[in-house]
Amino acid sequence: MEKVEELITRRKKIDEEFYEELEEILIGADVGVNTVMQLIEELRSEVKKRKIEDASDLQPVLSEKLIGLLKGESNPGLQMAKSGEITVILFVGVNGVGKTTTIGKLAHKFKSEGKSVLMAAGDTFRAGAIEQLEVWGQRVGVDVIKQSSGSDPAAVMFDAVQAAKQRGVDVLLCDTAGRLQNKSNLMEELNKIFRVIQRELPEAPHEVLLVLDATTGQNALSQAKLFGEKSGVTGLVLTKLDGTAKGGIVIAIRNELNLPVKLVGLGEKMTDLQEFDSEQFVHALFAGLIQRETEQAPQED
Amino acid sequence: MAAFESLTNRLQNVFGKLRGKGKVTEDDINEAMREVRLALLEADVNFKVVKDFIAKVKEKALGLEVSKSFTPGMVIIDIVNKEMTELMGGTQSKLAKANKPPTVLMMVGLQGAGKTTTTGKLARLLQKGNHKPLLIAGDIYRPAAIKQLQVLGEQIDAPVFTLGDQTSPVEIARAGLQHAKDNGNDYVIIDTAGRLHIDEALMEELKQIHQVTKPDEVLLVVDAMTGQDAVNVAQSFHEQLELTGVVLTKLDGDTRGGAALSVKAVTGKPIKFAAMGEKIDALEPFHPDRMASRILGMGDMLSLIEKAQANIDADKAAEMERKMRNAEFTFDDFLEQMAQVRNLGPIDQLMDMLPGMNKMKGMKDMKVDEKQIDRVEAIVRSMTKEEKQKPEILNHSRRRRVAAGSGTSVAEVNRLIKQFDDMRKMMKQFSSMMGKGSKGMKGLKGLMGKGKKFPF
Repeated sequence: MEKVEELITRRKKIDEEFYEELEEILIGADVGVNTVMQLIEELRSEVKKRKIEDASDLQPVLSEKLIGLLKGESNPGLQMAKSGEITVILFVGVNGVGKTTTIGKLAHKFKSEGKSVLMAAGDTFRAGAIEQLEVWGQRVGVDVIKQSSGSDPAAVMFDAVQAAKQRGVDVLLCDTAGRLQNKSNLMEELNKIFRVIQRELPEAPHEVLLVLDATTGQNALSQAKLFGEKSGVTGLVLTKLDGTAKGGIVIAIRNELNLPVKLVGLGEKMTDLQEFDSEQFVHALFAGLIQRETEQAPQED
Repeated sequence: MAAFESLTNRLQNVFGKLRGKGKVTEDDINEAMREVRLALLEADVNFKVVKDFIAKVKEKALGLEVSKSFTPGMVIIDIVNKEMTELMGGTQSKLAKANKPPTVLMMVGLQGAGKTTTTGKLARLLQKGNHKPLLIAGDIYRPAAIKQLQVLGEQIDAPVFTLGDQTSPVEIARAGLQHAKDNGNDYVIIDTAGRLHIDEALMEELKQIHQVTKPDEVLLVVDAMTGQDAVNVAQSFHEQLELTGVVLTKLDGDTRGGAALSVKAVTGKPIKFAAMGEKIDALEPFHPDRMASRILGMGDMLSLIEKAQANIDADKAAEMERKMRNAEFTFDDFLEQMAQVRNLGPIDQLMDMLPGMNKMKGMKDMKVDEKQIDRVEAIVRSMTKEEKQKPEILNHSRRRRVAAGSGTSVAEVNRLIKQFDDMRKMMKQFSSMMGKGSKGMKGLKGLMGKGKKFPF
């Protein structure tokens, strides 16, 4: 919240300009226009109700709101199968968000927790995608179930679930090809993959994780909506948070679709995957922005 | 999401009370600018860029008298549209060409922006212009990135230069360039690993590649879905590498693509290409005017018109339009119409280009994929002549026969007939959208070109 802090110390009074700047800070973090407007509206009424006059009293209210919004009620951790049964996690998302990389990292995480893991190379479309997953498989010491490039991804999933059952593994991680959510054929294909997994293991998939690139703007909302419809998304993975993008759109997604962030990706190494911490996230949402603010803000007052 | 309709509606609300007055005060303009601002922010244009942009538009809007033929809302949209088109580069630009071949193109960008795929597409485009590009696999970090480029190279029969993933990318680029010289390749495209603009070590590596190969073009590949951060990324890459242009990828998605405006605003470099799909041919020149319409949510009407003009028989279209207007549309016409529309390309892409199409009543059920169309055709072809002309005589037993004849089910036949009715209604709506009594698809152009038939 440092940038907000700076705003608060600079503008002691809560006036229109204050709200305007706050709005810009939030929009600049990709929180999304609708959600920002709603937040500001709520803050306004809170200010009136509590008769807050000092900007400094407003800060905890805002933090509280954002963190509350992100935390929600549900358990932030990954949903796992009962012990002794296979946990299936399906990864979906648009092209280039980091699905395969995330799967590699998560495989490593499970492996280091002593679980047996299997990966399914469901991206049979993009050139080199199967090989990419295989390299991850070698790195973390996990087998990959695959067919040749261009084959039916639903068939790969069928094979993978069978193999997972036979070998009695703990976790099956399913990769899929990146697809834009407005391509109805590809979305139907994804729906088929989902159904095949469900048919072979009625409890599965236990998690369907939509992988989101933190640099993505408002389109992420459309992604969450449409992937949700076709593949029953249960949570989000926010990748590339090690850059300057804030990934604020997950606040809008949480607000409008009630989908929680489960994991965040912070780099290219095997270990750069963490569980989502809403407090830390809200903090970072405003942190790096200070510099920009001081650069551009004319100190007229 | 605010589509064109809602921006126009909002502006209509703002100016509604002024109707007939013909004079706009500064307050009115301010109110209108707030709406424009929201629309741009919703389209992911960076908020600072929006600020400057609004200031410019406002200045122009204030200086203008609202002439009789235009409504204030129209004038504002017109200014916004023109200003945005201009800002994004006026006309489209071409690739640089070295005096002494090979011409070196260097691809840079964040992870997952689509550099490798774009490298393949660019090579394909160059091949079409009778060039002989060499692809250099400079991404030694991402697993199987080299393999990906090799597969793409194979697809288009272009040579790919690699030294594996154990040699430094700088060395690979140097050797690759030499290889191109020795083998008479007139273009070289260097694929580089995706990297964060704040990763100093990796940015240094790019600078070295730059020094060694002296590229004629440094192209920043940007995901069209990028949000507010686009300015930081573009600025940082530009400061360190002196970009010469931008390629915007994944534009076949449903993003409004405000990043295009942001990137252009901070780098001043032209957007040279737009990547529109997963196929290797899906790279097109960038059209600033169309991008402006898209950011404003006006749909890619111009592309559609262009396609339609190239593919639709004008006389047939005029006749069809008359029928649509008068609801004389039969299943025979339907077949013919379908054949014509299919000439235009994939249906879902066409639908995407029309503003507000997805919101139109009945459109949701109309979400047709190509295979579905084959089935629909089969159903219609299984009808008798009389049935096609008068769909209302299709009773249950006829429907059953049609289903058997087309290898579908009665339910599917029912659905089609229902859809056909819906479509008739929709087409009536559509044709009135196209302008009353105008000549087929050309009506669309009049609508967009002069802006005379804006709905406000």
